[in-house]
Amino acid sequence: MSTFKIGASRGNLEIRQFLRQRESVVFTLLFPVLLLLIFGSVFKDTIAPGVTFSQYFVAGMIASGLLNTGFQQLAIMIPLERDDGTLKRLRGTPMPPSSYFIGKILAVLASMVVQIILLLLVGALIFGVHLPTDIGHWITFAWVTLLGITGSTLLGIAFSSVPRSGRGASAMVTPIVLVLQFTSGVFFIFNQLPSWMQNVASIFPLKWLTQGMRSVFLPESFASQEVAKSWEHGRVALMLSIWIVVGLVLALKTFRWERSR
Amino acid sequence: MQNAIEIHGLLKTYGETHAVAGVDLEVQAGEVFALLGPNGAGKTTTIEILEGYRDRDGGTVSVLGEDPAKAGLSWRNKIGIVLQSNNDAAEITVEEILNFFSDYYVNPRNVDEVINAVGLEEKRKSRGRELSGGQRRRLDVALGILGNPELLFLDEPTTGFDPEARRAFWDLIRGLRADGTTILLTTHYLDEAEALADRVGVINNGRIVEVATPATLGGRDNAKVIVRWSEGGNMKEERTDSPTELLRSLSARLAGEIPELTVSRPTLEDIYISMIEGEA
Repeated sequence: MSTFKIGASRGNLEIRQFLRQRESVVFTLLFPVLLLLIFGSVFKDTIAPGVTFSQYFVAGMIASGLLNTGFQQLAIMIPLERDDGTLKRLRGTPMPPSSYFIGKILAVLASMVVQIILLLLVGALIFGVHLPTDIGHWITFAWVTLLGITGSTLLGIAFSSVPRSGRGASAMVTPIVLVLQFTSGVFFIFNQLPSWMQNVASIFPLKWLTQGMRSVFLPESFASQEVAKSWEHGRVALMLSIWIVVGLVLALKTFRWERSR
Repeated sequence: MQNAIEIHGLLKTYGETHAVAGVDLEVQAGEVFALLGPNGAGKTTTIEILEGYRDRDGGTVSVLGEDPAKAGLSWRNKIGIVLQSNNDAAEITVEEILNFFSDYYVNPRNVDEVINAVGLEEKRKSRGRELSGGQRRRLDVALGILGNPELLFLDEPTTGFDPEARRAFWDLIRGLRADGTTILLTTHYLDEAEALADRVGVINNGRIVEVATPATLGGRDNAKVIVRWSEGGNMKEERTDSPTELLRSLSARLAGEIPELTVSRPTLEDIYISMIEGEA
């Protein structure tokens, strides 16, 4: 079988395993929706003409959903698979290593699609998020999502080499994601953060993902509320691409099939 | 006969310790070879170098004609590996994981046949976490033989088996051997090595102490016979090269039936223990 066919078979297996672990389904897929329901119901203020906080929050949650399903999920799952012998067993078979990663990417894509649909449904039905009606916005949505999920997946694979054990992975990865969410314009409105915090957050990809998603789901008029007074599509694409390269290099250099001895 | 495995002067060092300190070993194609040795003797390190999991610090290694450190996926297609303890596949069933893993091999065995061979018919719909220790081990073996390997590595395959399952496993291994599979086995059960292995090698402190057949290891075939009996209320023991002679004289002395008589030759375990202790 070809590398890609085996990858597709891996993806099938990964998705099956994912769906059978109730905790992971709830945590990865439903938790962001729950957060949206809570934050959206508590903070109902209008933050700019024609823009409520819930709308702002939906854009941020979709962006951070890319981080959750890719980076967080993989950086936690891969160390667990390293600990329980999944990776070592696979290494002993003629499965091409890239098929393993193709399988992971397919599983990430599947849970990302489900999560985005759930967030958009709740956002549109309950919090009055306007879904774009023109093709231009959806094209923006497509490239931001594509760059985001690619970088997020690669960084998740790269980061999976950092935790010393599977058990410690979640405790290490979750705070990183939370801190990024607080500083990148998900839970707080980005232009209200102290400028040093904005500057630090601008190094990391989530800030650029949320900005890209806002340009899709918020009215054009809101662009003037951004720190740069514009959506900065060029810089969004550039920063996300840089992180893809960083993620790819680190993933290739650091990936281990076995626990460190 | 061509050798499936050839090792010359193998070295592996972790920090200051020489885990493998110059191992030479040849395993012939088609034989069952058991590598015996205490924990920490260098067994697993040696095997994992042969399997391509670890780099070596010196020596030459050839496994099915290739250097495991450089061999590619087509080489992996010809070997089967049963590692020590795994806890993976918690949420997938026995038949699912076997079906998925068959995708990775060029010429996999039939999944139903493999399930039958390891005796997991009744557990085929069970998920990994629902299996007992022995059943998990059988799943490991099933995955190891799935690809129709020319060479099978078995690292302590029957740990956690009940006696009946162990016998069934031995039959499976004999069947694989009859089909021409070369098998390199490590085990802590000396009866297992005796039942299965054409030759055994004893490794201790990173070196091969001896390689022989189970019947001749450590001069076992020439070892003295141990005769024990009871005389005057005490247990007596004598080691002799001529047990028949001794029995005849005992029989005459004790006038008839000799109380609590046993005549035994040293087991493989006796020989093994004396070799390891002599080394330490």
